[in-house]
Amino acid sequence: MKIVVCVKQVPDTWSEKKLDPATKTLDRASVDGVMNELDEYAVEEALKIAEATSGEVVVLSMGPEQSTETIRKALSMGADAGIHILDDGLAGSDAVATSLAIAKVIEGRGADLVIFGSESTDARMSVVPAMVAERLGLPQLTFANKVEAPGDGTVKAHRLTDYGYDVVEASTPAVISVVEKINEPRYPSFKGIMAAKKKPVETISLADAGIESASVGLGAAWSEVAEFADAPARAAGTIVTDEGDGGTKIADYLSEQKFI
Amino acid sequence: MNDLLDLTDELARRELAPRVDEYEREGRFPREVFTVLGGAGLLGLPYPQRWGGAEVGYTDYLQVLEILARRWLTVALGVSVHTLSCHALATAGTDEQRDAWLPDMLGGGLLGAYCLSETQSGSDAAGLRTTATREGDEYVLNGTKAWITHGGVADFYTVMTRTSPDRTAGITAFLVPGGTTGLSSATPERKMGMRGSVTAQVMLDDVRVPADRRLGEEGSGFRIALNALDSGRLGIAACAVGLAQGALDVAVDYARQREQFGSPIASFQGVSFTLADMATGIAAGRALYLDAARRRDSGEPFSTQAAMAKLFCTDMAMAVTTSAVQVLGGAGYVEDYPVERYMREAKVLQIVEGTNEIQRLVIGRALTQ
Ligand SMILES: Cc1cc2nc3c(=O)[nH]c(=O)nc-3n(C[C@H](O)[C@H](O)[C@H](O)COP(=O)(O)OP(=O)(O)OC[C@H]3O[C@@H](n4cnc5c(N)ncnc54)[C@H](O)[C@@H]3O)c2cc1C
Repeated sequence: MKIVVCVKQVPDTWSEKKLDPATKTLDRASVDGVMNELDEYAVEEALKIAEATSGEVVVLSMGPEQSTETIRKALSMGADAGIHILDDGLAGSDAVATSLAIAKVIEGRGADLVIFGSESTDARMSVVPAMVAERLGLPQLTFANKVEAPGDGTVKAHRLTDYGYDVVEASTPAVISVVEKINEPRYPSFKGIMAAKKKPVETISLADAGIESASVGLGAAWSEVAEFADAPARAAGTIVTDEGDGGTKIADYLSEQKFI
Repeated sequence: MNDLLDLTDELARRELAPRVDEYEREGRFPREVFTVLGGAGLLGLPYPQRWGGAEVGYTDYLQVLEILARRWLTVALGVSVHTLSCHALATAGTDEQRDAWLPDMLGGGLLGAYCLSETQSGSDAAGLRTTATREGDEYVLNGTKAWITHGGVADFYTVMTRTSPDRTAGITAFLVPGGTTGLSSATPERKMGMRGSVTAQVMLDDVRVPADRRLGEEGSGFRIALNALDSGRLGIAACAVGLAQGALDVAVDYARQREQFGSPIASFQGVSFTLADMATGIAAGRALYLDAARRRDSGEPFSTQAAMAKLFCTDMAMAVTTSAVQVLGGAGYVEDYPVERYMREAKVLQIVEGTNEIQRLVIGRALTQ
């Protein structure tokens, strides 16, 4: 089974993020980049399926130069090869453009499964996997917290819902997005890190992929950030002084706010 | 090697930091953490690739220990002791023995123990009484080993025994698997610090091992044990520097936030001079262990330098952790902050793998003999 797993380098969740006033996009240069946390689960799931089916895992990332670190991380966890979609023209791409580039590059590579994390911690839209599936004309099994892909042309998943999960099934090739807790992502081993240095990473530009630069990048974005402002300072809370009637006062407050 | 240190840092942040307070408070041994570290390849770092090690130099291996100790001494010391326990087989074993056992010992799934001390023989290690008697194709081991790190939880034990009355030339090393009949352990010691680490007596009661479990010739065990300790002491030095660094981290943080007399206490020279001395001691200790490690890596003699590094770094860690408590004042004396634990933990490093008096003895001998 051939699996393409898509990963994104995002600003470290714990670091303070800033918007660049000139482009009104995230300033990615000023913070450390890490692999999007949910993508670690995607890589782990891909590796588990590949191990069980003697398959192959190709890790794909679209992003600036430093995204190679995230590709190397997936390779050191055990992925076999990498693809880096790298082009200045991609900067500022929205979900629609991102899905276009990813779909174009995946198309024709014979992937049986394409696996994503269900959202990135920076944009948090959760739509790229579905858009890629749509563009490739493949079934989508999104928000999976359990995947069974025995390599017989079918794939089954537990799709998380507000109330529990749906059991969904499709034929391969298919697109999957996974949620947290689907597995326990492995750490790279020191040997894996050394081996990753020798694994092939293919770099693909817009021209290589046959994508017109007018259809991607900030200029092509369907949405525009008109303005942004600092988050308002948190207002001081309401302090209830207990003079024997603290409980009543709190209950009154909660009912005023329609919490109870 | 930055990759190795980055990986260690990630493991320390994600696996050690969230557990350390609870495990140390409850005296719980973090076996699963060693499994994770083993999976990442950290339980065989300085040994040959041929047997599954990573073949990194001591300069790198020791920095790994320092990073681990900065978060959790129990784990760093455990990795150091495990590495020590593999030393005898790796350096004195035959190729058949190494091919048979070393890959598993370095592979990350197993944890080792190093058994030299006995109740009556600590500093005077050659006074050990545990016996090994040859019977046909087997040796029969009898005696009690004391103070054994990982005693009862280890998967294999490197055991120093007596095969003849000659004080030093009568000592022989064996590699004993954990489940061997007759091998048992006592209730773990209740320690002043490092309570997550298991330290226990190991009893050998007619333990029979095939003769091919003997490491090196009969009578070569004392040299094997001391060689291992030269390297082990470097591990203790690195652990001490990491522990001290952890204490400095907390002290600096606290001093910048705590205000008295209307300013952060860090702005008082009396406090910032303490912090400066702590940082200087740590930097000196780090330089000393790295210098000894460089000598080892380039094949030069290093045992005096290892003794100096162990002596200096562990005394430094005791002083630095004590200062950290002082910087935090009352908050330093209670369990809300980890510095009181660091201070209790530092003490053990002045005792294990040769007390600091014994290190001075080693250094003094090298100067005068
Ligand atoms: C937590 C812990 C873990 C340990 N883990 C292990 C382990 O895994 N394996 C193992 O084999 N051992 C282990 N030990 C044992 C440790 O190595 C010994 O405790 C140490 O060597 C000291 O021996 P002792 O306790 O018998 O002290 P003693 O030798 O009785 O020393 C008592 C005091 O006398 C001093 N002294 C002794 N001789 C001299 C001298 N000639 N000159 C000056 N001063 C001297 C010592 O420095 C010390 O201050 C561990 C100990 C502890 C506390």
